[in-house]
Amino acid sequence: MASVTVAIAVDIHEKRYPGRARAEPVTALRNLQARVAPSEFCVITGPSGCGKTTLLNIVAGLDRDFAGTLSFAPSDGGVPRIGYVFQSPRLLPWRTVRENIALVRPRHADRTELEGLLTDVGVADMADAYPAQLSGGMARRAALARAFAIAPDLLLMDEPFLSLDAAAADRLRRLLLRLVSARPATVLFVTHDLAEAVELADRVLVVSPAPGRVVAEMPIVLPRDRRRDCNTLAALRTELTRLAGHPIEAPDTAKITFSRRNSLTPTKE
Amino acid sequence: MARFRVAIAERTASLLVLLVAWEAAARWARSRLFPGPGSVLTTIADEAVHGGLLHDLGATLSRVAVAFALAMIIGTVLGIAMARSRAIDTLLDSSIVLLLNLPALVIAVLLYIWLGLTEAAAIAAVTFSKLPTVVVTLREGARTLDRDLADMAQSFRLGFWRTFRHVTLPQLSPFFLVASRTGLALIWKIVLVVELLGRPDGIGYAIQVFFQLFDVRRLIAYSLAFVAVVLAVEWGVLQPLERRLARWRR
Repeated sequence: MASVTVAIAVDIHEKRYPGRARAEPVTALRNLQARVAPSEFCVITGPSGCGKTTLLNIVAGLDRDFAGTLSFAPSDGGVPRIGYVFQSPRLLPWRTVRENIALVRPRHADRTELEGLLTDVGVADMADAYPAQLSGGMARRAALARAFAIAPDLLLMDEPFLSLDAAAADRLRRLLLRLVSARPATVLFVTHDLAEAVELADRVLVVSPAPGRVVAEMPIVLPRDRRRDCNTLAALRTELTRLAGHPIEAPDTAKITFSRRNSLTPTKE
Repeated sequence: MARFRVAIAERTASLLVLLVAWEAAARWARSRLFPGPGSVLTTIADEAVHGGLLHDLGATLSRVAVAFALAMIIGTVLGIAMARSRAIDTLLDSSIVLLLNLPALVIAVLLYIWLGLTEAAAIAAVTFSKLPTVVVTLREGARTLDRDLADMAQSFRLGFWRTFRHVTLPQLSPFFLVASRTGLALIWKIVLVVELLGRPDGIGYAIQVFFQLFDVRRLIAYSLAFVAVVLAVEWGVLQPLERRLARWRR
């Protein structure tokens, strides 16, 4: 099945969470506009709590309670097929890995294609295991496989490599790039890790602290092999911070990024 | 497997103790009103072949099956609806509490008066006695349904049935099992009372007849056959089902 990638136009006037019990109502997003081109890898970054997940849920159609518009093009194909990789793997614990992935596919879909995907993603050996038996990295691979299993037009990813050790996250990022180049899809990827954003993106959007709106955007045109360089990253961070007008990473995440960068870049003379 | 054999041996030993004690008590009493295990067992065989045991057992079991199925289905639907909607919960809550505390005997008598001494009244009485516990248990279960998994099902467009079967039902299955077990234990007891009050067949009816005839041998024979069936369902159906449903747990 040839997948048709889609363009997205989001125009959110306002998204509020109503106050419950003692909690005050919160405005998560205000005046947020974003356009994503077909087959573009668009990374959304911003401080914790700026409404990134809310934005993905709106695009996924899980949250319709907002003021604004959301449209996909080409619109004649109806709603696009959306593969969603959540912040936690969200596998069904009572189904094996293979069953979890087969579940989202059409009932009479090709079995060999499914086995091929399991192998590509590296979960073939664990296909008959239940999610509780998987390591964190394996569970995230399975979640990734599930998203690709429907040949998505649009891939939504919400910090999919969070809480993995640096090496595992790195392997999964390479896997993701390989999968996307083999099966093109429009990608909307949320992270608060700038190094990750820069490594993956065709374009980075920076969202402000709540109420979130897009305060900066920058196409990343560097070849992928040069993006992991410390100096390039530092320059990009400075430039994005200037465009955004505020620090774009929370202090605690900056620390994580720092140690990760050190461990990953053996660029000593 | 070895543990299984030990369990069988232990079970056999405790059964033997029971039989020996029973036989000793019967010999000591030497009364028509206290038959020993031997005569009761031959009565079971005899009644199964020549008497009405199988017919009565069948009648009772089919009532249990129908009432059980009805109570589980209606109770599950109501329980889920009450967990999902505050309005439905508010509307029905008092009725459920009332039904929960109404003695089964009262329900049976009232239904026999209103509907006549009919099969429908009997089954309705058993169903209504069990229904509220199913509702309360499943409501509890449906309140704990995982929002994240529901979102996952929705974003991957699993549709109503696939979501229900693969996402919702497995989360409800422990509650379903609890409702089945407690419900079945309740039904076994209530169905006999209901039959005794107003049915022309079934184990409950037979027990009433034997009571009036002071036929203790047959009375115990029918009761034991009934208990054997209850245990068979418990060990042969519910426990394997429970193990099957718990397979995915580490």
